[in-house]
Amino acid sequence: MNRSPVIAIASGKGGTGKTTVAIHLAAALLFHKRSVQYLDCDVEEPNGHLFLKPRIVSSETVGIPVPAVDAATCTSCGKCAEVCEFNAIARLKKPLVFPELCHGCGACALVCPVGAIHETPRAIGVVESGHAGSIAFAQGRLNIGEPMSLPLIRAVKAKRNPEAVALLDAPPGTACPVVATVRGADFVVLVTEPTPFGLHDLSLAVDTLLPMGVPLGIVVNRADGDLRVHDYCREHHLPLLAELPDDRRVAETYARGELLFDCLPEWRERFENLWTRIEEQL
Amino acid sequence: MKEWVVISGKGGTGKTSLTASFAALATNAVLADGDVDAADLHLILAPEIRRREEFRSGHRASIRAEACLGCGRCAALCRFEAIAATTRPSDAARVFTVDPSACEGCGVCVWNCPAQAVDFNERTCGEWFVSDTRHGPLVHARLYPGAENSGKLVHLVREQARNLANQEHRDLVLVDGPPGTGCPVIAALTGASGVLVVTEPTVSGAHDLGRVLELTGHFNIPTAVCVNKWDIHPELADRIETAARAAGAVPVGRVRYDKAATAAQRQGLAVVEAGASPLADDVRAVWKTWMDFAQETP
Repeated sequence: MNRSPVIAIASGKGGTGKTTVAIHLAAALLFHKRSVQYLDCDVEEPNGHLFLKPRIVSSETVGIPVPAVDAATCTSCGKCAEVCEFNAIARLKKPLVFPELCHGCGACALVCPVGAIHETPRAIGVVESGHAGSIAFAQGRLNIGEPMSLPLIRAVKAKRNPEAVALLDAPPGTACPVVATVRGADFVVLVTEPTPFGLHDLSLAVDTLLPMGVPLGIVVNRADGDLRVHDYCREHHLPLLAELPDDRRVAETYARGELLFDCLPEWRERFENLWTRIEEQL
Repeated sequence: MKEWVVISGKGGTGKTSLTASFAALATNAVLADGDVDAADLHLILAPEIRRREEFRSGHRASIRAEACLGCGRCAALCRFEAIAATTRPSDAARVFTVDPSACEGCGVCVWNCPAQAVDFNERTCGEWFVSDTRHGPLVHARLYPGAENSGKLVHLVREQARNLANQEHRDLVLVDGPPGTGCPVIAALTGASGVLVVTEPTVSGAHDLGRVLELTGHFNIPTAVCVNKWDIHPELADRIETAARAAGAVPVGRVRYDKAATAAQRQGLAVVEAGASPLADDVRAVWKTWMDFAQETP
């Protein structure tokens, strides 16, 4: 393959170990002599930086284009309010804009017959980029109180360098932020745990991602001998890529923000093997 | 009637496990699952559904291939990269198609198509339920895979739960919230009486708690904090509680790291239903302290 692959790490349920898998996979790729890029698309709660401790060299504000109405030109025809699907414009004597509801689609500016609407960016967050050793790094940080995350996720993904393997750390859940992250990826690693909650949310994530046509593989984290995820993978013909054993030392290492390879060397092989398994699937 | 919401910032800190125990400990509550895209509370509460409704919200564009002129105006105007060229099977002509996973339902392609070839149908984004459980009524929902408008569905679940509490003269609505800080979380906490943030003493837990406390501060909501799995890093648990106080939140107790939590979940039970244990004592103590705090807030 000419272009390096884009691998998304997602989960359904939160706290199953997405970030743990993504950052250690990044480190393992370096052992395989691949150039690697870590892109944190969990813009509501970006955590990869706590472990990779990158040097941030640039920070860009990301905005949504929202309408500004020139009252002198506006004829109060109300077409802008009529066409807005998101109720972001109310038709009063002059149009009243609710910027936090606006998706930035541009419908109002297009429909205005007298050109009274121009668009100005409303900041929703920042994209920060830099590097952590040899790992290229970028993350999005959504402003507090900001509901609209998709444009920021797209802006993080736009940092992709086609020559490096890109690891996308996805947000939890199965709603639009996950879909926006995974869209266009070559492969998705779904991290789960062998509990009723873990399996249930895994199956929701699979139902979300399979129709998108992206190949999937499963990692069982905190494996403790419960085989419910194995059974699920077999029934649904999904490859089980790795089982990471339940180990309180891992929880404690993670708690301190340290990489497992430094404290528990046997974990290096586990992630190198995981990368080999992913490569077989590509 | 009070409405208390359990959130976490970081996912997987134990929100739902704790909420299930609180459901068992509450005496006169309506329960609500506000984590609509990865709802798990029903796995413990085993609801018997008594009412089921569709959740419709927004529209989605789709292009009728036979009517498409192939001009590409829609693709040029779409800001969500949702429209791409494809080949029409009947005559191999170049036409355009909408990727439903990227369409945000703005209608720009619909209003600007010279051939009126774009349909714009209302979307069914999920369903919501009112159910009976062994611990009282539960309002819950299921967002369809990858669907949008999860915030609106969270809002609807809370509204239905409050209506039910009024009808049945119940004095508490207890909401299991979603992780994160974005649209569904904002929908889960605006206008609530108070919030309990369940965190853990990890660098991620501490970091995400900081963001969530900024959010609850932004909306000026009384906030309690519980440190789950506190003993995996006791020193960080101390620091988290100090930081929470500094941010205006009130620590209401700690819960230990204990495999009994997973064991209870595997039996379909809340921790406090699975027999006496030090873990169950921790959870009871948090519930009591939290409710004492809740009584004091307006």
